[in-house]
Amino acid sequence: MLEAKPLHEGLFTWPDAPPSLIGSRCLDCGEHAFPSQSSCRACSGQNMADVDLGNEGRLWTWTIQSFMPKTPYHTDETPETFRPYGVGYIELACGLKVESRLRENKADQLEIGMPMRLEIITVRKDDEGAELLTFQFCAAEEQD
Amino acid sequence: MDVAIVGLGMHPFGRTPSMTGLEQGAAAARAALADAGVDFKKMEFAYGGSQDGGNADSLVNLLGLTGLQFTNVANGCATGGSSLHAAYSAIKSGQYDIGLVVGFDKHDRGAFNAKPADWGLDDWYGETGLMLTTQYFGMKIQRYMHDHGISRETLIRVAEKAFRNGSLTPTAWRKTALSWEEIENAPMVSEPLNKFMFCSPAEGGCALIVCRADMAHQLHPRPIYLKTAVVRSRNYGSFEVFSPSQPPEVANSPTVTASQAAFELAGVGPEDIDVAQLQDTEVGAEIMHMAENGFCEHGDQEKWLAEGATEITGRLPVNTDGGCLANGEPVGASGLRQVHEICVQLRGEGGARQVAGDPQVGYTHVYGAPGISGVNILAR
Repeated sequence: MLEAKPLHEGLFTWPDAPPSLIGSRCLDCGEHAFPSQSSCRACSGQNMADVDLGNEGRLWTWTIQSFMPKTPYHTDETPETFRPYGVGYIELACGLKVESRLRENKADQLEIGMPMRLEIITVRKDDEGAELLTFQFCAAEEQD
Repeated sequence: MDVAIVGLGMHPFGRTPSMTGLEQGAAAARAALADAGVDFKKMEFAYGGSQDGGNADSLVNLLGLTGLQFTNVANGCATGGSSLHAAYSAIKSGQYDIGLVVGFDKHDRGAFNAKPADWGLDDWYGETGLMLTTQYFGMKIQRYMHDHGISRETLIRVAEKAFRNGSLTPTAWRKTALSWEEIENAPMVSEPLNKFMFCSPAEGGCALIVCRADMAHQLHPRPIYLKTAVVRSRNYGSFEVFSPSQPPEVANSPTVTASQAAFELAGVGPEDIDVAQLQDTEVGAEIMHMAENGFCEHGDQEKWLAEGATEITGRLPVNTDGGCLANGEPVGASGLRQVHEICVQLRGEGGARQVAGDPQVGYTHVYGAPGISGVNILAR
């Protein structure tokens, strides 16, 4: 069994339990960014440091992706096996809103303001068969 | 030097399998030249753009190799607005007397598939399914409905109006009015927006002949004056498409900043506008853009739509030709279609969709990813 690994390095801590999002904070003006940036969108400064953005937040807005996207979407799904997924912005404790896939995929499961938590999911397997991982959020009350 | 529009040309939006994008652009350019009664050889400059239809400056192969200055413009959905702004500046500066603005496109069916690298994003963003403009539009109006009390009924009313106006517009792509039930029960695309609430990528071409105001009457009996053309990009905090994260505070969109600048430069206010085109890539966009352009307060759209204020017979007719919803969106041409329609209305040539009462001042607003807005104010 090959070891699972992040699809893209530097988005979340791995392998940590529980995982956390990694972002950056401007040491000049204090504004946060996700993913981590080397320059600041707010003040144009270049004095940035990586920070742990945590793994909890509240749903700021949402939608549902109801059809299978064209490329660059790249999973192991086929049009037959595709399952709609939620997409939303999660407002974190620092105020930054992070865009994310959501586990919930029905309108009656999602409500602006509901508490959400981070989880790690498999996107697809690479050519060697190793699982490639990304992050998503899900309703915080839910039991696994 | 003031700027006038003296020639209008369009190749109908929709699908023309027998013509390339460039050919549709050339057809629009020829129509605009004929409308102004002027030869392509007289064009001193051209600004043109197309996202998927080829290089605009290749149009000279079809129109004539006259040696004019031809600049390609690429600014997403705001390409047409940006082309017209460039032409406006070229004449305003005194450098040129007359030129061509042209846009055309020919897109594949279905949603656009943007590449993350083109937008400064890493591949994971697209591969995991976040690189869709439709999601952004769904999420923006979802939050807006929550914050400002906009109902689903208001979304349906905007779609109903668009297809009703399209049915009155000979050049529209969607010329069949749709019933409330047809719109309400259409398949969901991206909550809360369904199939009939989104415009589709399309084909088509649009062109304008612009010139110095003092020579306008020699070219057309009813010149339309471009009072101002403004393009703005996003500020920090503006909620925009393809954003993996958004800052805590939501800032004014580029539409707000472009609109405010345009009103100030033109010396008129929202109350002076008789007919408007507001970017309606989907119904939520038209609703939000009514307020972002200063025509009403946030939340008042609920009342405005219920009263029919934005119908052709209302106090501020919006998207009289059915907008992007009924015409589709050939990206390079779409912003120019808006200006074309306002000129038609101000000339009084709108036929079945003509706004009554002899409209004097018109307004266009185009909005494009990843946060560019172009506003034009036009007058008789």
